[in-house]
Amino acid sequence: MTVYLDANATECLRPSAMTAMLDALRCEGNPSSVHGPGRKARALLEAARSQIGSLWGMGPEQVVFTSGGTEANALAIHAFGQGRRVLVGATEHDAVRMASSHAEIVPVRGDGQLCLDALDRMLGSGGPALVCAMIANNETGILHPLEAIRDLCLRHGALLHVDAVQGAGRIALTCDGVTSMAVSGHKAGGAKGAGALLLGGELHVTPLMRGGGQERGRRGGTQPLQIIVGMAAAFQDACAQDWRPVADLRDRIDEFALSCGARVIGDRHAPRLPNTTSLSLWGVPAQTQLMMLDLAGFAVSTGSACSSGKVSASHVLSAMGLGEAAAQAIRISLPWNVTEEQVVAFKAAYRTMAERLGTRAA
Amino acid sequence: MRILVAMSGGVDSSVVAALLKQEGHEVIGATLQLYDHGQAVSRAGSCCAGRDILDARAVADRLDIPHYVIDAEERFRKSVIDRFAESYARGETPVPCVACNQGVKFTDLLGMARDLDCDAMATGHYVRRVEGEGRSELHRPADLSRDQSWFLFATTQDQLDYLRFPLGDMPDKDAVRGLAETFGLAIAAKPDSQDICFVPSGSYADVVETLRPETGGEGEIVTEDGRVLGRHEGIARYTVGQSKRLGDIHTKDGRRQIVKRIDATTRRIVVGPREGAGRTEFALRDMNWLTEPDAAGMRCEVQIRAREACRAACVYPVAGGARVVLDEPAMPAPGQACVLYQGSRVLGGGFILS
Repeated sequence: MTVYLDANATECLRPSAMTAMLDALRCEGNPSSVHGPGRKARALLEAARSQIGSLWGMGPEQVVFTSGGTEANALAIHAFGQGRRVLVGATEHDAVRMASSHAEIVPVRGDGQLCLDALDRMLGSGGPALVCAMIANNETGILHPLEAIRDLCLRHGALLHVDAVQGAGRIALTCDGVTSMAVSGHKAGGAKGAGALLLGGELHVTPLMRGGGQERGRRGGTQPLQIIVGMAAAFQDACAQDWRPVADLRDRIDEFALSCGARVIGDRHAPRLPNTTSLSLWGVPAQTQLMMLDLAGFAVSTGSACSSGKVSASHVLSAMGLGEAAAQAIRISLPWNVTEEQVVAFKAAYRTMAERLGTRAA
Repeated sequence: MRILVAMSGGVDSSVVAALLKQEGHEVIGATLQLYDHGQAVSRAGSCCAGRDILDARAVADRLDIPHYVIDAEERFRKSVIDRFAESYARGETPVPCVACNQGVKFTDLLGMARDLDCDAMATGHYVRRVEGEGRSELHRPADLSRDQSWFLFATTQDQLDYLRFPLGDMPDKDAVRGLAETFGLAIAAKPDSQDICFVPSGSYADVVETLRPETGGEGEIVTEDGRVLGRHEGIARYTVGQSKRLGDIHTKDGRRQIVKRIDATTRRIVVGPREGAGRTEFALRDMNWLTEPDAAGMRCEVQIRAREACRAACVYPVAGGARVVLDEPAMPAPGQACVLYQGSRVLGGGFILS
């Protein structure tokens, strides 16, 4: 049996999402159709929209459904980046880094948080800007100081797009003063295939795909009704979950890893997601660690795997100035339903690995 | 046994993985990403993974074995491609496949196999590993038309002890393709790979001249006494002992001319008549021994090019290298490998010094 510790890649499906999706599968209509079955489908879709919006204090008109986090980020940058400079944090996900051809990179500090002085300087020179910052980093779980970033943007008259894909459902979020926010259903325990762009101010966005004018002309294409309904149920449960027990298990992994000679990236320096930690083992390539744990039945990940499966040094950890350690870190991201037994088993496997490989560097 | 199989995505290593799985071993597939495929074929934005990696993954899925793609790009560039170009810049004719087997495959990947607690590493090379007295031996394969022993001479005894070459006893490639079909592998009819994997366009000289511009551009073709006979288009395009690209000079004075030396500093190609051009003595560097060398000299056969018959010789070990004395003169090309055989067994080998 595999112990799954890669929730930041995709969360374990929540039972409430499964139930909601199975129920919705019986609904065969297209939400855009005007007849009875269409109306039923639309009612389900709009209920999900209201449910998702209300979780973060928004009305249904502020929620645009997309195919997932990547599209939500791309839509925001496409819509709000036009005619503006696009300032992107150095540790942003590729969904954001690659969405603009003319992005300017805002450096991060050694603790992984966005460098506010640099952002202030960059906003102070040059024309109107769109700032893109993630609420929580996918590799390290480190949180950006979002309120301070928002205040800087307000002061300089810049727009702010927040990539909340890893944070939504795991930590409290506020959309006040934010232009837009991207969320993804399967990172919260829904099925893969749906996300949303939450609009804080301007409600009209120029679509990436015009199509049949769905989503009030903001995103063409028939909505994946069942996946969206599952996403709403998953977010509902995720936001209601007490994450402290998960954070406690994560902290125990950190302590144990330290005793095995590992380094915990970002530990004690910056706030982090409750479920995520990044552990580096000096002198041992991340790829080897990942393979060894995989063969032992533990699913973890490294920050950066391309579609070929090739593992390279993490751009996130490199941007934090970690040098060679950037290629020696694995990410453990605990799923919402992680058990103590799983964590105990993981610790044993980690010790076996650290004893076998970690000594080489000494 | 837990065995790591180096899977290239080709027929041979795929069949190796299937055979070992069938024998009941715990098989782990690993494919080296040696260079950015998107860059190699000059297609901006295309995936870094070539067809071969996707094929290897499909085979692993079919066999239901774990499969990993190992990033060896930087190491491959430094230890194989850069050294390949440097060697040409010295006027040599290198063998990049030897450097790749020696470093990226049998040092790095093999080290990873050991880290993963594997009992052995297997490859699809056509050579045989034979349990000899007190040590494992490297031999030519059953199918001599596929013989890769020359390219594997630098395998150390320690590496050889750990390696397995399940295709060494295969009668021919058709048998291997037949097995691939039996195992239901989609790559059964895939064409054989080409000479130098990182030169998909086929022009290795272009690659060398990009990396080491000093090897490109025209230069003089001269006789041993310095008489200028013509011009050439870059020293990387010539190999000692050959007459390729000599044009009219090839048959100068009615006698067949060959390249005798490549002088990298003056960028001159020195030619001379083929008759009487050979030599019987030359030195080897970076010697690898797969037997106990006899300080008094060893009678054996040596092979000084990839596709060439063996020549009778006596080899004398010296510190870090060896001195070769051929029975009959030949034209050894600097940078090429000289591999020592006794019958089918590889005794060792080294690189030919200028």
